Amino acid sequence: MPIRFQSKPGLVAYFTAGDPDLPTTREIALAAIDAGADVLELGVPFSDPLADGPVIQRASERAVKGGTTLSDVLALAADLRRERPDAGLVIFSYFNPVLRFGLDRFCAAAKEAGVDGVLITDMIVEEADDYLVHLHRYQLAPIFLAAPTSPDDRLQRIAQASQGFVYAISRTGITGTQQKLASDAEQLVQRLRKFTDLPIAVGFGVSNAEHFAAVGEFADAAVIGSAIVSLIEQSTREEAPSSIARFIKGLRQPVALAR
Amino acid sequence: MSTATHPAINATGRFGAYGGRYVPETLMAALQELELAYDQAQADPAFHAELDSLLRDYVGRPTPLYFASRLTEQLGGAKIYLKREDLLHTGAHKINNCIGQGLLAKRMGKKRIIAETGAGQHGVATATVCALFGFECVVYMGEEDMRRQELNVYRMRLLGAEVHGVSSGSRTLKDAINEAMRDWVTNVRTTHYLLGSVLGAHPYPMMVRDFHRVISKEARAQILEKEGRLPDTVIACVGGGSNAIGAFYEFIQDKDVRLIGVEAGGRGAVLGEHAARFQGGSPGVLQGTFSYVLQDDAGQIALTHSVSAGLDYASIGPEHAMLHDSGRATYTSATDDEALKATVTLARTEGILPALESAHAVAECIKLAPTLSRHDILIINISGRGDKDMGILSRELNLKGA
Repeated sequence: MPIRFQSKPGLVAYFTAGDPDLPTTREIALAAIDAGADVLELGVPFSDPLADGPVIQRASERAVKGGTTLSDVLALAADLRRERPDAGLVIFSYFNPVLRFGLDRFCAAAKEAGVDGVLITDMIVEEADDYLVHLHRYQLAPIFLAAPTSPDDRLQRIAQASQGFVYAISRTGITGTQQKLASDAEQLVQRLRKFTDLPIAVGFGVSNAEHFAAVGEFADAAVIGSAIVSLIEQSTREEAPSSIARFIKGLRQPVALAR
Repeated sequence: MSTATHPAINATGRFGAYGGRYVPETLMAALQELELAYDQAQADPAFHAELDSLLRDYVGRPTPLYFASRLTEQLGGAKIYLKREDLLHTGAHKINNCIGQGLLAKRMGKKRIIAETGAGQHGVATATVCALFGFECVVYMGEEDMRRQELNVYRMRLLGAEVHGVSSGSRTLKDAINEAMRDWVTNVRTTHYLLGSVLGAHPYPMMVRDFHRVISKEARAQILEKEGRLPDTVIACVGGGSNAIGAFYEFIQDKDVRLIGVEAGGRGAVLGEHAARFQGGSPGVLQGTFSYVLQDDAGQIALTHSVSAGLDYASIGPEHAMLHDSGRATYTSATDDEALKATVTLARTEGILPALESAHAVAECIKLAPTLSRHDILIINISGRGDKDMGILSRELNLKGA
């Protein structure tokens, strides 16, 4: 299933699998798809999430403590694929759990589960030769991060190596919500656009309807992560799916843009 | 340049299969900038002149290679020499690297320095260099380490550094590195990350090693002068592995010199109770580099324990992983108790109080020396001094019975 954004801007929803527990993650995922998320990033919890801010760190810690493993996340993906054949499914992980699982075994299992793409936070294009061979073998889309600090020659390699979409990081920093969308983002998307026709999704700090609409002015999609994870943290298990659905629907409500 | 001058490493920073760069994309431009600045500095005689002058007049190099006659006599085997890195300014080898990276930061025009620290020796050395060069300094340190190395926390603050406690994970070195990397990824345009061991993404493992090579360069010349021949064995403790690679490096080509790294055996062989990566670990990626890692079946990084904060880390420098696999160096471990006992032994035979980290190397020597002949020569790298450990020593040792 190729990754498709049904509406503009497209919506990529991230959450940490197993936070607060796997059955709740399943319900949240289904609710997010039904509320209009085009693509789900299923975050594999890791003990040392060095690119993440406090919100996702806490979620990851809860999920690791609950025993959630990469195998569990793949089983969840298979379940979601059965339930919602058209949703985009991306596995989002640090490299070590994938390496420990075995790169080939992981790609085979991800394909079998119906996963569309893979994003490894600490995988850069220079290190990706072997990784790409495996992803291509199983027709999984490699999604790479592009940063405001990446010079053009790197953006070109990132764009060429990516499939599905390119993930543009809105600012230097770790994941987390912010009041104002960084001005770095638009410039980065413009620079990336020279090298690719793939959809470009902007993430890091996109946390409300205003940001979402602003990103829609210059990019194809927005990734919402910490805002969702934070809402899950504040909700009870029973409330979480409906709060997330409400939040996602609210993102598409018209807002007056301050620009 | 880096490939030509450092034959053991290729262009992407690999030591055999190990090393590389596993970092968020945001840091790549900074790593490439650092690599370029380092290569240019290496080729610049003015850089070496300034570095050498600071190492001599400020840091206190060369350090003595001291014949430990009473320890030799007591153990009744090999002749034991101590490489006295404990005599350096700030009390440990860490300053060698800090001066080097401080000069690089100056060349790159970065005025804000961040660092992680375990035992606090790297933090103190970083704070010292920042005071010397007029840099802003932020040090990340696990709360558990702040508690057990309280004196060093105060020293860093006295030197003008901000010390940030880290409360995640096991609240030790690994968690401090995570937090330092989060700072770096946020402030990467203005900040240099002064990483304190042969860890992290390329060029750090190579660069930090190069700044510590002076240890074995001096020791090799000193032992040739004193004994007219090379040593049979060189022993060093291994946390991340900076003092050990510094003590080993110039001997690697001397195939008859046995190199022994000593990891922290902690309280025992159960995962979580030690930091012996070559005894319980397997290849994995942690904090930017591919090396041996203590981890569980799902790839989650294991908790570690050592009485010495500086060895209490779940991974090991990638060059050590290569030396391990090739068999060029061997790696053993010493338990908390063995290290504590070795501290007392060295204090009472030679009047030298080693850091608890270095005491692990002394502990290996205590086991090994009696099995060797009186004609064998053994060098222990005393990477730091034990003043910082008074609190732990007074709690852990019953001195009357020691």
